[in-house]
Amino acid sequence: MTEVLIKVGFLAAVALNGAIIFTIMDVKGASWMQRRPGPLHVGLRGFIFPLAEILKFVQKEDIIPTEVDRPVFKWAPAYVMVSCVALFAVVPMSPTLVVADLELGVFFALAISSLGTIGVLTAGWSSANKYSLMGGLRAAGQLIAYELPLILAVVGVVIQAETMSLVGIVEKQIEWGVPFVVGGQIIGFLIFMVAATAEMMRVPFDMPIGESELTMGFMTEYSGIRFLIFYISEYMNMFILCAIASTLFLGGYHVPLLPTEWVNFYGPVVLLTKTAILGFILVAIRWSQPRFREDQLQNLAWKILIPASLVNILVTAVMKVGF
Amino acid sequence: MEIFEIVTYFILLGLISTAIRVVTTSNVIHAAISLVFTLALTAILFLILSSEFVALVLVLVYIGAVIVLFLFGIMITRAPLGKNAELDNDKNKKLGAAIAGSIFLLFSYILINGFDGEVTIASGSSTELLGEILLTRFIFPFELVSFVLLAALIGGITLARKDEALIDKDQV
Repeated sequence: MTEVLIKVGFLAAVALNGAIIFTIMDVKGASWMQRRPGPLHVGLRGFIFPLAEILKFVQKEDIIPTEVDRPVFKWAPAYVMVSCVALFAVVPMSPTLVVADLELGVFFALAISSLGTIGVLTAGWSSANKYSLMGGLRAAGQLIAYELPLILAVVGVVIQAETMSLVGIVEKQIEWGVPFVVGGQIIGFLIFMVAATAEMMRVPFDMPIGESELTMGFMTEYSGIRFLIFYISEYMNMFILCAIASTLFLGGYHVPLLPTEWVNFYGPVVLLTKTAILGFILVAIRWSQPRFREDQLQNLAWKILIPASLVNILVTAVMKVGF
Repeated sequence: MEIFEIVTYFILLGLISTAIRVVTTSNVIHAAISLVFTLALTAILFLILSSEFVALVLVLVYIGAVIVLFLFGIMITRAPLGKNAELDNDKNKKLGAAIAGSIFLLFSYILINGFDGEVTIASGSSTELLGEILLTRFIFPFELVSFVLLAALIGGITLARKDEALIDKDQV
């Protein structure tokens, strides 16, 4: 009896360890055989790697399957791209370096960012592919759910700053001396970052793409330049939402103690540094965290983030009126 | 000012053509996308009339939420590609035209009579004023509307929710 157990244990141990060793061998072997020094070493330490990627996608054939709804399929990437580009119009790099300092800047950003959802949904539907449709549905469910905490988290900032202009919000933070993340909006900041990550559909919120189950989600049927637009839009969205988070919560183009007279010179550098730091945190999360399950994802939005952001609004409003 | 007017007429033309397409196309998703363009052009019209707030609300609420829910609803129930014959309903065309015509006449009458032919040019943003009026003079209707919305929300949940007794315990 014990002999059998030992044998089974031995087999299991060998098989499991063998599997692990073979996984390593597979990866190492692939890298060695196909020579994949990858984005760390190739071409100026990997910094011109994305250019090669773009060239690759541009020269690829733009395949449009016969069964798709052609006009809808073709135009779906455009909505995503437009919403991303238009978003950056209101982000101030310095008090003067801003495309449009709208009085309703925050409101504009939130309204425009909701346009991208339509592109994702129509892409999923028009592809005439079950994987795409599932990806589109998951994306819609996720984007609807996380848009609410995103908007509600910003309301706290707007109450505290008494303005919706992004320049005005940064000026208010300079006046206060500390960024809003220190001055009472820490919960709002966390909610905003979680919801923004979900809006970008990045790990751990990448259920809509989920490459191990849905091939590439709503992007499955896209190739060539149209795929590139979706692909680039994801990173563009990431960059812009990080920039907006830096502006709303981290003091934007200004850091405490720096002289405000020189803000036009160091402003862009400061904002881009803050954006890059937030972006790096997102990259670190992406490569170290597993994916949320669909029900966990919905629970997080509806049962935790939305109530928390409502409490945040209440507390901010009470503090504003009371003190 | 001349060019501005020409642009406005082009926007109006686009608005009418996309609005007609919403009701004439026999593809549900095409109708929804045409509605997106109709609403976007309406938002631009509001921008031209210098009411930014209404324009952005139109984008945020109608395009960002209502249309997305339309699309979501269509896809989650049935998502036929191509034409859908059920959408062409010839029976009610006359009735529809009559109702649309009468609404148009009513609105034109109210707009022309209400402003007495005067052209009022609003300058600057009226958002702050709007917020103040909403929370002082119109506070009661404002609260009432939010109460109605809450009631509608609870009603929707009650209708959509399955009764406990009807759920087959073995299949859950």
